[in-house]
Amino acid sequence: MSSETAIPRSVAARIPLRAPRSLRERLVGVVLLVCAACSVITTLGIVLVLIVETTAFFREVSFRQFFGDIQWTPLFAKKHFGIWALVSGTVLTSAIAILTAVPLGLMAAAYLSEFANERIRRLLKPSMEILAGIPTVVYGYFALTFMTPLLQKFIPSLAGFNALSPGLVMGIMIFPTVASLSEDAMYAVPTSLREAAYALGATRLATTFRVVMPSAFSGIGASVILGVSRAIGETMIVAIAAGQQPRFTFDPRVPVETMTAYIVQVSLGDTPTGTLEYRTIFAVGMVLFVFTLALNVVAHRLRQGVLKDSVQ
Amino acid sequence: MEPALKIPDKGSPKPELKRRPDGSDPADDPAAPQIKMFAKSLRAWFGPAEALRGITLPIRKNCVTAIIGPSGCGKSTFVRCLNRMHEVVPLARVEGEVYLDAENIYGPSINPIAVRKRIGMVFQKANPFPTMSIRQNVLAGLSLQGLRCRAPEELVENALRKAALWDEVKDILDRSGVSLSGGQQQRLCIARALALEPEVLLMDEPCSALDPIATAKIEDLIHELRESYTVVIVTHNMQQAARVADFTAFFYLGELIEYGKTETIFKTPQDPRTEAYITGRFG
Ligand SMILES: Nc1ncnc2c1ncn2[C@@H]1O[C@H](COP(=O)(O)OP(=O)(O)OP(=O)(O)O)[C@@H](O)[C@H]1O
Ligand SMILES: [Mg+2]
Repeated sequence: MSSETAIPRSVAARIPLRAPRSLRERLVGVVLLVCAACSVITTLGIVLVLIVETTAFFREVSFRQFFGDIQWTPLFAKKHFGIWALVSGTVLTSAIAILTAVPLGLMAAAYLSEFANERIRRLLKPSMEILAGIPTVVYGYFALTFMTPLLQKFIPSLAGFNALSPGLVMGIMIFPTVASLSEDAMYAVPTSLREAAYALGATRLATTFRVVMPSAFSGIGASVILGVSRAIGETMIVAIAAGQQPRFTFDPRVPVETMTAYIVQVSLGDTPTGTLEYRTIFAVGMVLFVFTLALNVVAHRLRQGVLKDSVQ
Repeated sequence: MEPALKIPDKGSPKPELKRRPDGSDPADDPAAPQIKMFAKSLRAWFGPAEALRGITLPIRKNCVTAIIGPSGCGKSTFVRCLNRMHEVVPLARVEGEVYLDAENIYGPSINPIAVRKRIGMVFQKANPFPTMSIRQNVLAGLSLQGLRCRAPEELVENALRKAALWDEVKDILDRSGVSLSGGQQQRLCIARALALEPEVLLMDEPCSALDPIATAKIEDLIHELRESYTVVIVTHNMQQAARVADFTAFFYLGELIEYGKTETIFKTPQDPRTEAYITGRFG
């Protein structure tokens, strides 16, 4: 190997050390800064609008009416603003989705990472991820026209619109994301830990559940949080298949309305801007925003945990 | 749990082999210790690459056997074949026989998990479980095997004492296993292996990441272990082999070049390659 550098010594020696940074370089820096600032400014703008409209909303409706009621009828003559009716719809459908997606996703992740051979893994993982790429409107009609009639065969009391069917379908939609991210986390667990377990006489099952999964806890937790926030934010499936009837209930068989579905309903309707009815969607949006912000904070903490794990 | 490997209990006397698996008669050398393990024409592959080319080697009971040889000669592969850990690597393959007492651990209907319960292993790089406390690490073998221990505190203390770690960690047993220093982690791994009371302990360069003090502690430990265990140690350190081993095997390019009493190997090696290696004149 010769120790020749790209710049011949004679040229390199003539590069002035005190040369000012070129204009072009500074310009590129400014452009990149503007791009980065754009996303921050957009976020700030959205939050600002939310805050302004929500404040206007709460000038007309008291916190007591909002948080102390379980009926949500702002579009009717006799108005009620009990947000819990919408929150319960969101919580119910999301809980069903998560209870479907997490066990399925973790099982799939454990199989792909610890049991499948490399060829099956490379084939299965991308095809599973395709599931996550199907447009949600397709899932919505799948829930309404296939899942609900199917479930009605087993649960005769199930209404045509209900929380169960869109919840399950959301779970199916989310599970590949949970599986894929959890699998990444499990696959990244060092082989030396698996070998330590095998050398102690552990079976593959014990190694997977007692050593690999706990070691990948941060990543698995982050994937679950992401799944939860997708379920809470999911709009199309619940708007189509859950029915649009705000109702404070935890019965999965009856029609409910989620926060997201309510926002769609009002946005698509003929509610004039500036009215109280119109402002409700910002108040609901604010609640939704607080939900997802909280989840983001938890996910962030977990990601820091991941970084800490990988340093060790 | 009943191990699939059907060998008399540790407590009961071992059946003396009429003839040893290598064909030699035990009566030839009445002073030689009994053979605990015996590798016969052992060959191992990583995919197409042959890492062991027919190793025949006895491991004597209550003795320390050192495996020495240049890097890449197959020392780690050999010890991993002794507890069926080689096949954990994808595409890895083994041929030949390895006897534990009288039973071929590569025979049909042998459960590799049962083999690993009886032959413990300490890896070159310390690998305590990061999600477990020091105490849980020591008990990990039992809990992973789904066994319950009647006196866990006693077991933890005994294992940590044997691994010369007890005094340093007795007050911090609930701290994470990875909060210890590298040398302490390695001794924790030794304690974890000892807690299962294996008959044979395989140690793959256990001191390679340790300072001289921790190394001396582990060498003392190996001396003591000999009383109740059979030890196989891979080492790059000639002095260490000379200090701790009763028997030494020299490997070169996947083959066993020379095996014998440690003094013999170090004082009067038969093969010029062995001599070149132990005197440090190797290419
Ligand atoms: N996972 C693996 N995949 C493919 N080949 C391997 C693998 N591990 C080891 N080998 C090869 O097998 C041969 C023996 O390796 P082994 O690890 O047994 O050597 P070693 O004597 O323990 O060396 P060292 O002293 O460096 O630890 C080497 O040629 C190595 O390249
Ligand atoms: Mg090695």
